[in-house]
Amino acid sequence: MRYEAPNTTKAAATLLAAEKGKAFVLAGGTDLLVRMKAGMLEPDLLVDIKQIDKMRTIAGNSTGFTIGAAVPGVEIGEHKTLGKLWPGVVEAAQLIGSDQVQGRCTIVGNLCNASPAADTVPALIAAGAKAVVVGKDKRRTMAVEKIVTGPGSTSLTKSEIIESIKLPKRDRNSGDAYLRFIPRTEMDIAVVGAAVNLTVSRGVIKSARVALGAVAPTALLVKEAADAIIGSKLDDASLERLAAACSAACNPIDDKRGTIHYRTKVAGVLGRRAATIAYERAGGKR
Amino acid sequence: MSGAHVSTTINGDAVQFACPNDESLLDALRNRVGLTGVKEGCGTGDCGACSITLDGRLVCSCLVLGVEADGKEIGTVEGLADGDKLHPLQENFIKHAALQCGICTPGFLVAAKVLLERNPDPTEQEIRYALAGNLCRCTGYDKIVRAVQATAKDLRKKSKKKSR
Amino acid sequence: MTDSTSFTNQKFKVIGQRVRRQDGMDKVTGRAKYGADAVAPGQLVGVILRSPHAHAKIKKIDTSRAEKLKGVKAVITSKDLPDYTNGNRDLLSMLENCMARGRALYDGHAVAAIAAVDASTARKALKLIKVDYKILPHVTDVDAAMQEDAPVIHDWVRTIGVEPAPSKASNVSMRSEFGHGDVDAGFAKADVIIEKSYKTEQTHQGYIEPHACLASMSPDGSGELWVTTQGHFAYRNWCAQLLGLDMSKLKVTSSEIGGGFGGKTHIWMEPIALALSRKANRPVKLVMSREEVFRASGPTSSTSIDVKIGATKDGRIVAATSECRYQGGAFPGAWAVIGAMTSFACYDLENVKTVGYEVVCNRPKVAAYRAPSAPMASFATESTVDLVAEALGMDPVDFRILNAAKEGTRASYGPTYGPIGIGPTLEAVKKHPHMRAKLKKNQGRGMACGFWFNFGGQTSCTINVAADGTVNLSVGTIDVGGSRSSLSMICAEELGISYEQVRTHIGDTAALAHNDMTDGSRGTFASGMAAIIAARRTKEVLKLRAATAWEIPVEDVDWQAGYAVALGDKHSNLEPLSLADIAANTENTGGPVAGHNEFVADGAGVSFASHICDVEVDPETGSTRVIRYTVIQDAGKAIHPDYVEGQFQGGAAQGIGWALNEEYIYGEDGRLQNPGFLDYRIPVCSDLPFIDTQILEIPNPNHPYGVRGVGETSIVPPLAAVGNAVSNAVGVRMTHVPMSPPRILAALEAEA
Repeated sequence: MRYEAPNTTKAAATLLAAEKGKAFVLAGGTDLLVRMKAGMLEPDLLVDIKQIDKMRTIAGNSTGFTIGAAVPGVEIGEHKTLGKLWPGVVEAAQLIGSDQVQGRCTIVGNLCNASPAADTVPALIAAGAKAVVVGKDKRRTMAVEKIVTGPGSTSLTKSEIIESIKLPKRDRNSGDAYLRFIPRTEMDIAVVGAAVNLTVSRGVIKSARVALGAVAPTALLVKEAADAIIGSKLDDASLERLAAACSAACNPIDDKRGTIHYRTKVAGVLGRRAATIAYERAGGKR
Repeated sequence: MSGAHVSTTINGDAVQFACPNDESLLDALRNRVGLTGVKEGCGTGDCGACSITLDGRLVCSCLVLGVEADGKEIGTVEGLADGDKLHPLQENFIKHAALQCGICTPGFLVAAKVLLERNPDPTEQEIRYALAGNLCRCTGYDKIVRAVQATAKDLRKKSKKKSR
Repeated sequence: MTDSTSFTNQKFKVIGQRVRRQDGMDKVTGRAKYGADAVAPGQLVGVILRSPHAHAKIKKIDTSRAEKLKGVKAVITSKDLPDYTNGNRDLLSMLENCMARGRALYDGHAVAAIAAVDASTARKALKLIKVDYKILPHVTDVDAAMQEDAPVIHDWVRTIGVEPAPSKASNVSMRSEFGHGDVDAGFAKADVIIEKSYKTEQTHQGYIEPHACLASMSPDGSGELWVTTQGHFAYRNWCAQLLGLDMSKLKVTSSEIGGGFGGKTHIWMEPIALALSRKANRPVKLVMSREEVFRASGPTSSTSIDVKIGATKDGRIVAATSECRYQGGAFPGAWAVIGAMTSFACYDLENVKTVGYEVVCNRPKVAAYRAPSAPMASFATESTVDLVAEALGMDPVDFRILNAAKEGTRASYGPTYGPIGIGPTLEAVKKHPHMRAKLKKNQGRGMACGFWFNFGGQTSCTINVAADGTVNLSVGTIDVGGSRSSLSMICAEELGISYEQVRTHIGDTAALAHNDMTDGSRGTFASGMAAIIAARRTKEVLKLRAATAWEIPVEDVDWQAGYAVALGDKHSNLEPLSLADIAANTENTGGPVAGHNEFVADGAGVSFASHICDVEVDPETGSTRVIRYTVIQDAGKAIHPDYVEGQFQGGAAQGIGWALNEEYIYGEDGRLQNPGFLDYRIPVCSDLPFIDTQILEIPNPNHPYGVRGVGETSIVPPLAAVGNAVSNAVGVRMTHVPMSPPRILAALEAEA
């Protein structure tokens, strides 16, 4: 196995494109190294992107943020303004693993690992985040929900790397929240995840996005759930409609972490709770 | 497997080692550098027994490649004491019986040190969540949390004295 | 007097203090050496190939390509482990568990092993071994394995303990029965009868240190083994027997042990390491991965238990029965028998009958896990006891007090109790402020009792006095929780010297006579008792040396507070001699000073505990958090209170994990789905509150200081304590452990 640590995104993409065997991008490595250790992956090339300056920074303000692909969770948590404007995105990023894992894990890694249960993906989808994708020859910007196509697979081509995640302009009176259910208090993979992002005006929800994790092969953007609360003051009836829409959108599996029935039920519960938190963060009062 | 020559700083000392590209930093520290205080409990980042600091950040050394350590500063349990003077955490772990079998102890000490540097006055809940990445199967965590609380108190007293 | 082990109510100077632990410094500096920390010149790396199938015939193993790989020094299969067991079926099963012989019996069963120059070569070679399997039907559930149509795993297993002896093979290897009185007559008198069935899933000890050893065998049949173990003598004996060696030629040294809790009382891969080393003629280090630990060491039984309790209106239990069906893994074991023995050990019953069934399944061979088999039986009993109290409209603590066993009670498993602590722990529960603390919405409180036998067993130790008067105690029981410090305290107490003057070490198998394993909470009890006798014998030698130095009869010498004192006015000119004085002069007074003891440490006092637990349940998700927990247990006498508390807290935490989230999850294919700490969910720091403890001291009459084992009992009550608290919080009775969120939510929905 070769190990390369290029200084530019272009160089990284070129290395990936030129590799004839199996090539993987190494950011935090918190998923990749586990799979290598288990013998599930035997890469011929690892491209470490942590030497690429552009990927190591968080830049922006209320007009929009750019989070580099190699920024670890702990730095996202420490950023002064990001957490004020996007608390849901930040709390999702902070939920990945322990403090030890936070020192390494990245939101782009979380996305490209393409697990249905990734914590940041529903939060990013709810936020309307976009991924800046750099290939050997061209760049493109894609909605986060278009990246993952199924468990373990993405729409990226062999030479493409996500350089950064862009969060959109933040309107005033906006709030987001992410909640997940795990059996313990820490260290588990989400059994269900729910993210809500909304903007209110005089207490009325003007726009909303609701996303769910771990209840389908990919994270889901649930338009029906958002529609259930848009135009409302998040009264109990609209919350119940949101919960029902969340549960209805679920297409989960039975596995060691939860049952179909359990995930479906709890998706509604968490959707409701996340909406309540997001609404309060946006200045709404129930 | 092609390998790498790694120049790094471990507990303040310049250290060089060579390792295959796919070898974890944990294995390199244990088998090539001889720092067996870093323990492997799982190899998958779930137990924290291999906790070290990498450029000051707390990480699981099983989830870092040895080659990634090139040019980095590493801190392990072996670097906690200042010569023959134990770190207050080490002192309090002994005093408060915060260890039984001791296999998790190095990881807890490193993680707790990072916590107290960041947050000198943590609540019980903050301690518990900060140490959630370190598994202990012997103690039920009770005496570990108490030892960290006692250390935080000791260190705050010390820094107060200094600032006077 | 020297060798008497009867309790004397003596005053202590050292015992009961909270001294600094001797292994603390090495453990906080990273210097302590565990199983994987030893290095030998020229050592090879060992790896094991394991079956991916739950049950399969091994038609052929082709190792030729692996053997040819550069850097591979030895490849072994069961062919390299000839049968030396001489018709001893238990030993042969042990060998077969270490390496499959023609059939893989569970997912993770070893089928071949390799020693190579480094880990990557060894791993590469592993992939070059071709195994031709024929998949056989499997069974992993205990109740399913007992069915008529279940695949029979061993054609040689006949159910022991049934009349007439069955002629047909089955998966039930033994039936056992305990009790007394007439349960039918008892139930006929009952005003209330509750009958309920329970299931508990398989759990693992979850020690953080994987199994690890460094084996070095020579072609002349001698060898050394460095290993993490709870019993190096047992490991030595088994390995020697399985490899056809003289026991005395295999020296086993125990490393620091990174947790065991019963899981390091059996050999799993040590004979493999020795066999690899023998074949390669080089040292071999073999370390299990965490996945291997889960798949191929010895978790505890999954169980299915029926309990029936009848009581009269005045609150007396008039009859009780239990049937305990315990899954023992791929080979016959004796686990249900302990479940059956412990089911009703807390109670004073006129009519009681308990039955155990040992069941073989396609899972790893079950090993001991802290008070093995008792927590599951206790869960079933203590949950039912709460239901009976509820049906009678009685307070559950009062109901238990009314029925608790006491001195003179004939235990349900046979013996008659001496002085015991169940009553006092229950009285302490009643008085505890925890019982009066206010609860909020969705919070509930439960309590439960637990029992464990404790054990003594074969023990030997040696005390050596160094030339400067400091003392070494060598014991052969592994220190799993601070016993070296406790034993140093005991030695200091007896010799009348300070704790700092004594250093305790674990002797290797060549240095001491046989010692049983550190199990049955015997470490401090048995080695402590041995050390007391050895110290008293040391004092006799010291007195003799002093008498020689003084040229007076030894009868005129006494040992007082660390000094030899010449008695009587005629010797008033003789200044007392300290240990150091005597030690410095042994060359002239008869030789070095030592004291030994070799005996069977009889009289381990039984132990009881009562736990109080508060939980908060989220009724919408079934999520349950323990928010307050109190352990009250009889220690007999706490040598070092910190370590006693540590045992109470650690056992409670393990029990809470078992109650809420820990379980082996098998797929339809018989493969373990969660062999890692990510999905085998042991409690993390933020899952638990502080665990309050209260140590009661009801002296064990058979120990000089009154000591009882304390290590195991604390894991027994939590399953039912949590279950009873959940019931109190949200009104559902959980009969399936772990009470995971999906199970609790399903129960809540069923109730609604």
